[in-house]
Amino acid sequence: MQSKAVTAIYIIKKPLREDPFSDIFEKIVHALLGICGFIAIAFVILITVFLVLSGVPAIREIGIADFLFGTKWASTAAEPSYGILPFILTSVFGTAGAIVLGVPLGILCAVFMTKISGKRFGAIVSGAVSLMAGIPSVVYGLVGMIVIVPAVRSIFGLPDGANLFSAILVLAVMILPSVISMSETALRAVPKEYEEGSLALGATGTETIFKVSLPAAKSGILAAVVLGVGRAVGEAMAVMMVSGNVPNMPGIFRSVRFLTTAVASEMSYSSGLQRQALFSVALVLFAFIMIINIILNIAVKKENKS
Amino acid sequence: MKDNISLLRKIKGAVLRGLVWLSAVFICLMLAGMIFFILKRGLPHITLDFLTQKPSLLNDTVGILPNLLNTLYIILMTLVIVMPLGVGSAIYLREYAKNQKAVRLIELAAETLSGIPSIIYGLVGMLIFVQFCSLGTSLIAGALTLVIMTLPTVMRTTQESLKTVPDSYREGALGLGSGKWHMIRTVVLPSASDGIAAGCILAIGRIVGESAALLFTAGMANEMLNLKEAVSPGGAGSTLTVSMYMYAKERGDFETAFAIAAILLILTLLINSAARFAAKLLQKGTGK
Repeated sequence: MQSKAVTAIYIIKKPLREDPFSDIFEKIVHALLGICGFIAIAFVILITVFLVLSGVPAIREIGIADFLFGTKWASTAAEPSYGILPFILTSVFGTAGAIVLGVPLGILCAVFMTKISGKRFGAIVSGAVSLMAGIPSVVYGLVGMIVIVPAVRSIFGLPDGANLFSAILVLAVMILPSVISMSETALRAVPKEYEEGSLALGATGTETIFKVSLPAAKSGILAAVVLGVGRAVGEAMAVMMVSGNVPNMPGIFRSVRFLTTAVASEMSYSSGLQRQALFSVALVLFAFIMIINIILNIAVKKENKS
Repeated sequence: MKDNISLLRKIKGAVLRGLVWLSAVFICLMLAGMIFFILKRGLPHITLDFLTQKPSLLNDTVGILPNLLNTLYIILMTLVIVMPLGVGSAIYLREYAKNQKAVRLIELAAETLSGIPSIIYGLVGMLIFVQFCSLGTSLIAGALTLVIMTLPTVMRTTQESLKTVPDSYREGALGLGSGKWHMIRTVVLPSASDGIAAGCILAIGRIVGESAALLFTAGMANEMLNLKEAVSPGGAGSTLTVSMYMYAKERGDFETAFAIAAILLILTLLINSAARFAAKLLQKGTGK
């Protein structure tokens, strides 16, 4: 965004330049940077094309209804069956569970950081949150495997603690950083006048936060929730380590397999139709993520407008 | 002064306030507990031999030097490719692009990229680089996959810092007769260097923590690779995260897994403080 003055200078200056090489050089640089600029678009197209090309054949062979709504996944059986409904439902329930546990906790924590804590406490919490965001997912998986899985087993008296519930607990923790930082941004963007007005009308500080600030930050918090959904749906490694990885229909204390872990767990030894079916699972996952992305974009746009 | 707030309202307020405090304290305690637990179980196993040797089945010893080196190779290879691309892309968007629709489209593409889960990157990286480009399962295929993954991060931070460079700098340089690229290279980029450094650090953080995208692209081997093998097709190797996953999930060797987890945690702490430092520098730059 240059001002008009610059454009003017630029126009005046141009005829003065007599070095044709520098003009060509500028054009080359411009072209190279243009290529860099559009490379993000190229990557998105590349990913989409490769996923569609490798994912569609198996869906066609299995039949889209059998594939999406088949309840049995037995890819290595003598008569293989490729129904991914268990994966889809597990991903949906697992994500929903993680949102139910993680989002309230995250929003309350964001409220603490923005409205209640003093500077020093707020800095400690925000440091903790950014550290949480940086911890690799396999580390969460390891802690889940060693701490949460045995705990779930002994508390609920189960034969095996690696189940949907453990996965939900781990996912709930893992989505916290995204939910917190997004809600924090939204809460900070609430105009001071709203809160001052509420206080002046006699509401207490806490009432102001919950009845004025949070509703005012609604669309940003919605974006935080959607971002959390995206993180939870896409998480693979940590979930793989705590969910038991058996293609059951989901039940809270059953070993389950998510869309992500379905792709990861069989890829290394798969072949033929089984392998292609895994690509199709990835395509379904990609479709989910794209839908979530679109919703997120709309939510963020709304937030920016308001 | 007597306030006339009813008891019910006071109780409600106190409960909500308590919940807010509780959630913040809970999150901090949970994180502290997790860090303490990992360090307590992991640190005793970190010895000099552990850090400087490769695993040997014959002697039944475990060492993570190959994985450390692989992590380093992948970081370097990814950065060498992604930094010019990401910075160039941000420069194009900020300094060159005139069509606002194109800018919006590119930004949308970058947002889309940052929303795609790493397991999809792993799969697509396998399809594109390992199979289609026939690089084989190799560090270079893993690095190329991570280039796509970290591009949006580098782009965004660079864009942010380019925004903080005052237009008067640009006008001054152009007014003195500098060409556009010369102006960008000598005036804009140096002023934006702290933001570019921040992007670099964030990218390193993502690379160190990444596992799902590398599982099928860079492989699971624990062999030592020299620099030449590392950059050539077919040089496969696992990074710290991937090897930690293999030790924990496939071999049940939790001592080693926790030791690697402790190292990863320390790395995360370092990267995090570096990123905060860079962000602080960036803020200072905006302030002036």
